[in-house]
Amino acid sequence: MATANGSEAAQGLRMIAPPLVYAILMLAIPLLTILTYSFLTDGYQTIIREFTLENYRAVWGDPIFRTLMLRSLFVAGLVTLVTVVLAFPVAYFLSFVVAPRHKAVWIFLITIPFWTSYLIRVFLWKVILGYNGVINSGLKSLGIIEQPLSFLLYNTGSIVVTLAHAYAPFAILPIYVALEKIDRSLLEAGRDLGESRLMTFWRVTLPLAMPGVLAAVLIVFIPTIGDYVTPTLIGGGKIPMVANLIQAQMLDIDNKPLGSAIAVTAMAIVGVLALVFLFLNRRFLKVRQ
Amino acid sequence: MNARNPMPVAREGGPARDEHGRPTPIETRRVMIECRDVHKYYGDYHALRGIDLTIREAEFFSLLGPSGCGKTTLLRTIAGFEDISSGVVLIDGKDMANVPANVRPTNMVFQSYAIFPHLTVAENVAFGLRRDPRSRAEKAAAVEEALAMVGLRGYGARAAHALSGGQRQRVALARALILKPKVLLLDEPLSALDRKMREQMQVELIKLQRQVGITFVLVTHDQEEALVMSDRIAVMFEGEIAQLSFAEELYTRPASRRVADFIGVMNFLPARVLGDTATGVRVDVPGFGEFEVPAANVSRADAGDKGPSVGFRPEAVTLLTRDAPAPDRETPGVIEEIVYYGDMSYYDVRLDGSARFDGQGHPIRISMRNVFGRDLPDLGTRTRVSWSPGSVILFR
Amino acid sequence: MRGGGLRAYALLYLLFLYAPILLLPIFAFNSGTIIAFPLQGLTTQWFEQMWANATLRRALGNSLTIAFSAAVLATCLAIFAARASTRYRFPGKGGALGLIMMPLILPEIIVGLSLLVVLLAVGVRLSILTIIIGHTLICMPYAVAILTTAFSSLDRSLEEAAYDLGETKWSAFRLVILPLVMPGIISAMLMSFTISLDDFIIAFFMGGNEPTLPTYIFSQLRFPKSIPMIMAVGTVLVMMSILLLAIAEYFRRRGAARTGQTSSGGLL
Repeated sequence: MATANGSEAAQGLRMIAPPLVYAILMLAIPLLTILTYSFLTDGYQTIIREFTLENYRAVWGDPIFRTLMLRSLFVAGLVTLVTVVLAFPVAYFLSFVVAPRHKAVWIFLITIPFWTSYLIRVFLWKVILGYNGVINSGLKSLGIIEQPLSFLLYNTGSIVVTLAHAYAPFAILPIYVALEKIDRSLLEAGRDLGESRLMTFWRVTLPLAMPGVLAAVLIVFIPTIGDYVTPTLIGGGKIPMVANLIQAQMLDIDNKPLGSAIAVTAMAIVGVLALVFLFLNRRFLKVRQ
Repeated sequence: MNARNPMPVAREGGPARDEHGRPTPIETRRVMIECRDVHKYYGDYHALRGIDLTIREAEFFSLLGPSGCGKTTLLRTIAGFEDISSGVVLIDGKDMANVPANVRPTNMVFQSYAIFPHLTVAENVAFGLRRDPRSRAEKAAAVEEALAMVGLRGYGARAAHALSGGQRQRVALARALILKPKVLLLDEPLSALDRKMREQMQVELIKLQRQVGITFVLVTHDQEEALVMSDRIAVMFEGEIAQLSFAEELYTRPASRRVADFIGVMNFLPARVLGDTATGVRVDVPGFGEFEVPAANVSRADAGDKGPSVGFRPEAVTLLTRDAPAPDRETPGVIEEIVYYGDMSYYDVRLDGSARFDGQGHPIRISMRNVFGRDLPDLGTRTRVSWSPGSVILFR
Repeated sequence: MRGGGLRAYALLYLLFLYAPILLLPIFAFNSGTIIAFPLQGLTTQWFEQMWANATLRRALGNSLTIAFSAAVLATCLAIFAARASTRYRFPGKGGALGLIMMPLILPEIIVGLSLLVVLLAVGVRLSILTIIIGHTLICMPYAVAILTTAFSSLDRSLEEAAYDLGETKWSAFRLVILPLVMPGIISAMLMSFTISLDDFIIAFFMGGNEPTLPTYIFSQLRFPKSIPMIMAVGTVLVMMSILLLAIAEYFRRRGAARTGQTSSGGLL
């Protein structure tokens, strides 16, 4: 059983070795390879082993990269904002209104759509928003509009709606968990000390829910920024995001060093933003203690 | 408090007995567990600092101390769950150095009981019999017998997770005792129970221990529990044994001020040592005056920076009612506080002249049984306190 | 009723969540060849077309093979990780677990493409196997998360008790730990299976010419003629996902009930 510390460490390392080795081989080495590639030079069909910063210069000098990166950041930011703002009342409802024995059912209902085919869900939004789609054909058959509304699809708004739908549970659950952790007597104390319901929410509930909100922000923002399917399907290829650019450079144009440099740059930007969020989160956590 | 009524129970096994069927005194029995200079380090943390003790056959032994004192660590080193850093642990004369927990002749009752939630009560009790060569029917009979012993006859088919705290405790006991270990180790077994259940289980555990005649080693932080249940008690502080003695001796003659403070309620008053005599030590204590503490009541432990002091239990002094004659010595004072407990009351009394040394009053706490129909004294009344030098302990 | 406005909002939100999924069967059974209102008539021809499609059957076979293999591999690896994380202290534990959990927070396209680049560089031919490798990697963190919860809800003294009662370390694990975390293992496997079955990006980039259900669906989305059949495929897929999820949830709750905990919280 428990033995001296040294051998506990050895046992632990032996235990984690299989998944760790797998993650090193299939994740760490590939990521390091990408990092290395980004400093090498592209020769046609091959890679010249010569250190260069040219790829990064090209990436930062490239107006297309800047446009797509900014668009990705903008879309991801908007998606995050919309998702979290829409999700908060649902999380609040789950935590404060739903009877405890019904909570599991509600959570189950909210998570189910997340586990159904992402591709099909995204495609269905195209069906819903499309030129001859559900909304247009429905409105037309009801006689509300004469001509289909063309602004529904192939724009940033449709991408935002689709992604907000895809990441809804990611936003609801962390906020819900944070709200559940709040000691209910704190709210009664807030009321007891003379605050209105609204002010109690503002001064007690919301600050205490902040770590959950920040977790939700992080958990929605990071995957949306690298989303590939939605811009391809919903944007109709007209509104590519950074993932599409990486794919194009790596595979279609086959300039792996440049593609790698774009990937690394995108990851670095996301990483810096994530660190900022984590820093904010830590500050909120510190206030709580 | 530590008075125990011997109960007539069926005996099996157990220690050698004299011609009257009484167990022989503990000191003369076979040694069951022996620890010699046991040290345990967790990294830089020195959890056990040179433990020396012997626990004897069929003894109910307690390791008592505040949390973090090393008592559970010591129990787990006896069980084999923790390796020791240096020293020797012997069980029934055998060195346990390279004997893992699963082959040691010890079994454990865990604080959380560790009842396997996916098994029935009977499957839990039979868990350790898997490698037993007996037939299925014999094992089933053994399980039923073990369940009967802990008062759970007929509970075998129940799901373990549906049991109450007290029932889990009993299953854990049956599961360990069915293997007939030489030593049963109990890690705070009663701490999860409510007060009433705890008191009931204390009595049952004592009976059970007498019945099976196995050495029990109990870890507890509850001094009352230790006093109620144990033959002998080791009080531990910071990885060391501060005192190892019989329960009664521990209560009446604590070896140090710290032990005295930990066990029960103790009044402490500053003392001035006047000098040693042939039979004891003469002291001067504010409120009590000059008197001689018998040599047996002088603690040799260092009193520390608090200086010498005397201590006595609340029940070692009494309030004198009206004109009753003083049995030994008496001192006048004023009742400052009364705490009523129903069957008894505490009286905080400020003795005349108690501020003589340091200008601070030192009220002493006196406990008295409440006699039905008799009025309690009032707050603020003058009273006389009766005491005897023989019940005072000197910490110098 | 308390929170009436909030309840109405929550129900609307659920409608938003379920709108696409509810549309699936509507158009899968609609006889019109374009996905639009008004509905035409009831038909099962799209399902018949689906069964008759050989490529689709092949894609389904591939998907099931991949999902099963990835689920078993990811869960086995995750058992080690979860056990190490809940039971042992060792240097570099945070980093090791961080790396294993990293696919959760990395854009999948970066995970997929970097793995692809390396596999191509060492000369591996793209096949079902390469998809399995990728899916194992992305399923593993989910399985670790589920199993860590399962392992950490176990009282450590259960294992010690078994050991104390004469079992060896391995038999204590087999007789006590394994049965108690079995519901977690099953739900980790089902979850990994579902993730693998639904994954598009890795299957798309790492599959070579082997179709899986999502890549086949993606390829057909370009042809308006195929859309009604895809709706039928989607209906079947969603039904399968919900069924798997319900089974996973059942096992998770049974596991919780078995160890006497109250079950709350969901699948994430």
